[in-house]
Amino acid sequence: MTVQIKTLDMEPKRQTFGHVARRLGGDKPATRYQEATLDVQATANFHYKPQWEPEYWVYDTRKTAVVMADWYKPLDPRQYYYATYNIARANMNQAVERAFAFAEERGLIEKISAEARKQIEFGLLPLRHLHWGANMNMTEITQRGYGTAVTAPCIFSAGDHLGMAQVVSRIGLLLDGQTGVSLDMAKEVWMDDPAWQGVRKLIEDTFVERDFFQLFVAQTLAINGVVFDLIYKFADAGWKDAQIAVAMLTEFMSDWRADESKWSDSVIKTVAAESAENKALVSQWASDWIARAVEAARPLSAALLGDNGAQAEAAREATIKRARALGLTL
Amino acid sequence: MTAKKLGLKQRYAHMTRGLDWETSYQPMDKVFPYDTFEGIKIKDWSAWEDPFRLTMDAYWKFQAEKERKLYAVIDAFAQNNGQTGVTDGRYANVLKLFLTGISPEEYQAHRGFAYAGRHLRGVGPRVAAQMQSLDELRHIQTQIHTISHYNKYFDGLAEFPHMHDRVWYLSVPKSFFDDARSAGPFEFMIAIGFAFEYVLTNLLFVPFMSGAAYNGDMSTVTFGFSAQSDESRHMTLGIEVIKFLLEQHPDNLPIVQKWVDKWFWRGHRVLGLVAMMMDYMLPKPVMSWKEAWEIYFTEAGGALFQDLARYGLRPPKYADIATAEAEHISHQNWAIFYQYTHAAAFHTWLPDAKHMDWLSEKYPNTFDKYYRPRFEMWGQMAKEGKRFYNMALPQLCQTCQIPMGYTEPGDPTTICFRKTQFRGETYHFCSDGCKDIFEAEPEKFAQAWLPVHQIFQGNCGGATIPDVLNYYRMNVGADNMDYVGSPDEKLWNEWQADKIRTAV
Ligand SMILES: [Fe+2]
Ligand SMILES: [Fe+2]
Ligand SMILES: [Zn+2]
Repeated sequence: MTVQIKTLDMEPKRQTFGHVARRLGGDKPATRYQEATLDVQATANFHYKPQWEPEYWVYDTRKTAVVMADWYKPLDPRQYYYATYNIARANMNQAVERAFAFAEERGLIEKISAEARKQIEFGLLPLRHLHWGANMNMTEITQRGYGTAVTAPCIFSAGDHLGMAQVVSRIGLLLDGQTGVSLDMAKEVWMDDPAWQGVRKLIEDTFVERDFFQLFVAQTLAINGVVFDLIYKFADAGWKDAQIAVAMLTEFMSDWRADESKWSDSVIKTVAAESAENKALVSQWASDWIARAVEAARPLSAALLGDNGAQAEAAREATIKRARALGLTL
Repeated sequence: MTAKKLGLKQRYAHMTRGLDWETSYQPMDKVFPYDTFEGIKIKDWSAWEDPFRLTMDAYWKFQAEKERKLYAVIDAFAQNNGQTGVTDGRYANVLKLFLTGISPEEYQAHRGFAYAGRHLRGVGPRVAAQMQSLDELRHIQTQIHTISHYNKYFDGLAEFPHMHDRVWYLSVPKSFFDDARSAGPFEFMIAIGFAFEYVLTNLLFVPFMSGAAYNGDMSTVTFGFSAQSDESRHMTLGIEVIKFLLEQHPDNLPIVQKWVDKWFWRGHRVLGLVAMMMDYMLPKPVMSWKEAWEIYFTEAGGALFQDLARYGLRPPKYADIATAEAEHISHQNWAIFYQYTHAAAFHTWLPDAKHMDWLSEKYPNTFDKYYRPRFEMWGQMAKEGKRFYNMALPQLCQTCQIPMGYTEPGDPTTICFRKTQFRGETYHFCSDGCKDIFEAEPEKFAQAWLPVHQIFQGNCGGATIPDVLNYYRMNVGADNMDYVGSPDEKLWNEWQADKIRTAV
């Protein structure tokens, strides 16, 4: 007897779901990303106005001033759905594990100078709080945004920021011999050191931003581009003899930044390209939040690098250039 | 340095709650605007005990491993055309009910836990809620991928999100979750985290997954196993939340009690659909609804509420009525769908003689006395070419949105009607439980998008049944009506005939 099932005529009745087929322009095989994303959020016939915000429905396009004919246009070029996201991050995280194991084995952190140690405590460890703030923002867009295409990657991003806050924390624990002392100190710096107060104010200001897409621009373009890049990209000189150690232990962050901006840039580009009105709004938001982020980053850059804010300026230029490449006018 | 090395618990605290801070450039009440209006009092968020200690790196690792295994099974199932190996073609209707009625609620849970994961002031529960938000996204997405292959062959699945927003009976689960989503973050946590995930999950999730196991659906059962460890995290979060609220302030007790009463009853009504699925739709039944209710609510729930009694919490109001209804609810629901088969996106059928005997055995107090005669009469009518359809639009309960077909407690021959007045209008209910819920929040429940009202108001494509079915995107003659004579049945029979032919 051969494998009998193969002799059956297994011609499918349809290739994919109706809503997916309508978007693909016909009944064609769809990808897992498409089936897991397209039209998954409810759009009609809601029952009750939220008690906490009765002026809107829970899912409501009016929660941002930009207008999209279709919120399933800003798709994710990485085509992440839950499985591929987690597998990608688990893979990225293997490098983190190797780096920490290596650093511990070789006593990499013990070998660094007191000066470098101080710089890391002052300039790197407080960043875990900024990651946590970014996590809050991306979670907010997940709950408040419109359409699974935009919101699902936001909860992935929120998970990323929590993960990175934890990587930064592990660097602190490596520095302080797993006692947590350095993390307590870093929190004091975050709360009180003048060099960090601009950044703390910046992120606290984003916490009260109600327009979900403005928040998206503030976080993914301005804060990621100016503040995170300042520390992870433009501050190498600040780590003194610990440059290689820091680069190794924060490799996840550079991988993440490339991965995340592939998506977040394309979302901003698509939304801005929708209409002249969107373009004007997004450009305005970008220029406003980039300016605020630069103002916040300048004293940090000066204190960490002794550069009078030059690297904050470099981050600004890079971000402006990026924004222009997305079609924004700044 | 004299500091001591951190223990696991303190290390985790640094990895999570240590990240948070008291804002000062913006007032905390503006950063967390939604966690006070419900009246819940929290004296000390730091008393929160993390129900599980999972850092993101561990989360990614575990979840990625589970996904690799799950998708290997889903792929193999599709390659081997596993859909031809289930117990009977009727089984696909269980998946239709699941994908149209339950999966969209996984999505709602995903967004709702993001809301709680942003807006609860305490950082501990926020982190746990965020992980649950990720998990719930996993559930909707893996369910779509699991059932995607069935959609290629069976009708009734292709328009699941469109139908979920429109079809009359799907407004039962939809309004349940809309209710939770429009509530404050604490009520959401009690509604979904505690009542749904802890008290009722074994009556929802387990019946579908065991049903899949019993009926040869390896793909869905693998999903079920794979989601088990997520669910156990969700359960520990749910129980931790209720204990925390009750421990924090005595004023919380009456609020929490009101929510427990409300969400138990609302959950019970949604579960009526699961009851019907268990008793009527599984070609090979796992256990009766009544048995499941006894094990998972009467026994397990009883022990749970005994444990919670030390906080002053009593078992949910009307739990006794719900237990009495376990004798009836599946039969009454299946009868509703049989009559309205033309407007349902899954197939119906009458139980055959063997299945009726099984029901008699499982329901010795009620089936032969009240339900068998009706099904036999309908069977007779169908034989005579007069298959019974109910073409009148039913009145719906304002709260649970189920057609008014349930009977009076203690009198299974009289339909139960309740009503109340609000702002000069009369509202109708299927039960005291639903009426109480309305009366506690009339402004909210008066807003309900009631499918039948909406049809009458002309908001569902027109005044005739074909207009409405068109609005539903119902593929008439394929998605709806009896299984016998359906394209599903035809295809299933072809597969079976082919199997016999090639096996010879
Ligand atoms: Fe779930
Ligand atoms: Fe769950
Ligand atoms: Zn009701």
